[in-house]
Amino acid sequence: MTQMFPLTLNKVLVRRRGKVVIGPTDLVLDAGGPTIIIGPNGAGKTTLLRVMHGIERVTSGTVTWHHDDPAQHAFVFQSPIVLRRSAADNLAYPLRLLGRPKAEIAQAVDHWLDRIGLTERAGNPATRLSGGERQKLAIARALIRKPQVLFLDEPCANLDGHTTRDIEALLQETSAAGTRLVMSTHDMGQARRLAHELIFVLHGKVHDVSNAEAAFARPQTEELAAFLRGDIVT
Amino acid sequence: MVDILDGLIAAFWLVVTFDAELWEISLRSLRVTLTALVIASAIAIPLGTFLAVQRFRYRRFVISMINALMGLPPVVVGLVVYILLSRSGPFGVLNLLFTPTAMIIAQVIIITPVIASIAHQSMRELWAEYHDLLISLNTSKRQRIMTLIWDGRRNLLTAALAGFGRAIGEVGAIMIVGGNIDNVTRVLTTAIALETGKGDFALALGLGFVLIGLAIFVNLAIHTLSQTEREGRW
Amino acid sequence: MMKGILAGIMAIWATTSVAEDMRMAVTTSFDSSGLAEVLLPAIKEDLDIDLQLLVVGTGQALRLGEAGDVDAVLVHSRPAEEAFVAAGHGTHRREIMYNDFVLIGPASDPADIANAASAADALQRIAAAEAPFVSRGDDSGTHKAELGVWATAGLDAAGFDGWYRPVGAGMGQALNTAAGMDAYILSDRASWLNFANKADLALLYSGDPVLFNQYAYLPVDPSKNANVRNDLAMALETWLVSPRAAALINDYTINGETLFVFNAKAE
Repeated sequence: MTQMFPLTLNKVLVRRRGKVVIGPTDLVLDAGGPTIIIGPNGAGKTTLLRVMHGIERVTSGTVTWHHDDPAQHAFVFQSPIVLRRSAADNLAYPLRLLGRPKAEIAQAVDHWLDRIGLTERAGNPATRLSGGERQKLAIARALIRKPQVLFLDEPCANLDGHTTRDIEALLQETSAAGTRLVMSTHDMGQARRLAHELIFVLHGKVHDVSNAEAAFARPQTEELAAFLRGDIVT
Repeated sequence: MVDILDGLIAAFWLVVTFDAELWEISLRSLRVTLTALVIASAIAIPLGTFLAVQRFRYRRFVISMINALMGLPPVVVGLVVYILLSRSGPFGVLNLLFTPTAMIIAQVIIITPVIASIAHQSMRELWAEYHDLLISLNTSKRQRIMTLIWDGRRNLLTAALAGFGRAIGEVGAIMIVGGNIDNVTRVLTTAIALETGKGDFALALGLGFVLIGLAIFVNLAIHTLSQTEREGRW
Repeated sequence: MMKGILAGIMAIWATTSVAEDMRMAVTTSFDSSGLAEVLLPAIKEDLDIDLQLLVVGTGQALRLGEAGDVDAVLVHSRPAEEAFVAAGHGTHRREIMYNDFVLIGPASDPADIANAASAADALQRIAAAEAPFVSRGDDSGTHKAELGVWATAGLDAAGFDGWYRPVGAGMGQALNTAAGMDAYILSDRASWLNFANKADLALLYSGDPVLFNQYAYLPVDPSKNANVRNDLAMALETWLVSPRAAALINDYTINGETLFVFNAKAE
């Protein structure tokens, strides 16, 4: 497998309807443990993730993978997008797009249905599942291609504690198995539990990139310290 | 009011006595309209979906044109098709005037914009729902269109049935290009016009009720066959 | 090579087809008389021709002939027919039969046309009473005949006001309209007899020779295009002027009333 990292953002600027949403900012992501992106609402966390994944056009600057293969990075949206199909067909969809053999697809679908506890409801319409089940389905669907990188945009927002714990366990397992996680969250507890690397975003710019343990113990900047304390940072 | 009752009675007797001419005319109506529907759907559904997915320079113009063409007066369509198919017209050598084929051509022209417009409306909504996911999965244009058509098939069926309704009840265009020739191009609507002209309102209404019954039957049959109304199934 | 294939296809087609198709444009008044239902089966039997009728107004019938979309026309408007032949759209004009026009109106007959001395007198009475009158107004043979009778009465329909109502519709539609508004109307006898929605209307005046309605047969000029079947049109003409057709036409009745008088002259 070709190494995709580092991912380099060079002077990236995103302007939407005349308003600067991101940057100009620089960032280098290397192989390694889970990266958690934190920052106040509206700071640009979501847009930053979308830029990295390549589904948000940049106004100027460049986003470069060491070696890009779009099938090797997947995205999980804050409010899960499920296809109007059965749970099983949702899982099969990314593999069918790649034209994988039927037997392989069926095996992968069965594995993931079991992993997220939806085997019983494999044939149910995905749109009728609960919010937590849909998000688990979306994560499983993102992972079914065995991507090297998984981007997640606040995947546990609006979910209850049980589901959040399930998803975190799944993510830790995924990370341990070698998939690079890049995830935004506004849940500081979750950031502490998962982060190896911490990115603090403020005003559309990458403000701090630091080792998570160090950052929580001794924040390097005033703003990060204030944010971690729970103060309103503007 | 008496006429309406007479019409119901006439319709009842026509149906229960298995009137041979009625069957022939009804089957011809169905054959012409269903053929036109299949052809129009094959054009309009991919077109409507394409217009939802693809941005291009004259997109808005094309959509406006299709919406405007929905209001095409059938008589004008009939006249134009007549002039084109007339033996002294550009396609005269095909010798299609006053044949069921000519009626199919006219109906295709009338209902393609209807189906395309309704299909575009619902495909636009589905595309808004799926957009991020399908972009994220790095789908090709073709894969996007196929996914939308498959997952939106219920709405597309509604669009097609709207086209069917317009075609089966149409009289102005097919009267001109078909000629209402007995045993050749006489269909339910032209037969109704003929009987009205003869002042035989009861028979005309009777045929009208048969037409309504046929339309209801086709709608129910298509819904049943496609199982679209079954709860919890896609 | 191509010709051989074509000839082969034509041969197969000719052997598989049971009867030949011929198209004739006829007027609504002819069709609503019901005579076609007697003539068509006989034509099929004698000539093995499936005669397909396009039932339209005289104006549209002649246009169909002009475009070469039909093989012959059977209409009733002499000046228009002669112009059609003169312009080279038809090979010739052959008179076949006539029926007559009748004046229909409300049974109460407010203009008292039942006692009129002539068709012209009847129309003058309607105009004097300004009683509602429905006109076809569609440039059809019947419409032209109606305008002709107004002219013999010394009146110009273009100058009438509200009581004169051109509806721009076929005979049946116009009769429906007249029935709805209790108006006078000029109709061919056959359409009237076959008309089912008579309401309060009644036949009030008929018999004046100016009301006679001559039908003529016009084969379309075959030089228009290769698809015009002049051979069939000629065969049909021969049949239409034959004693067999004469008997069918003269014997055709509705409610015991004779409708058509065969008057084709031998060549």
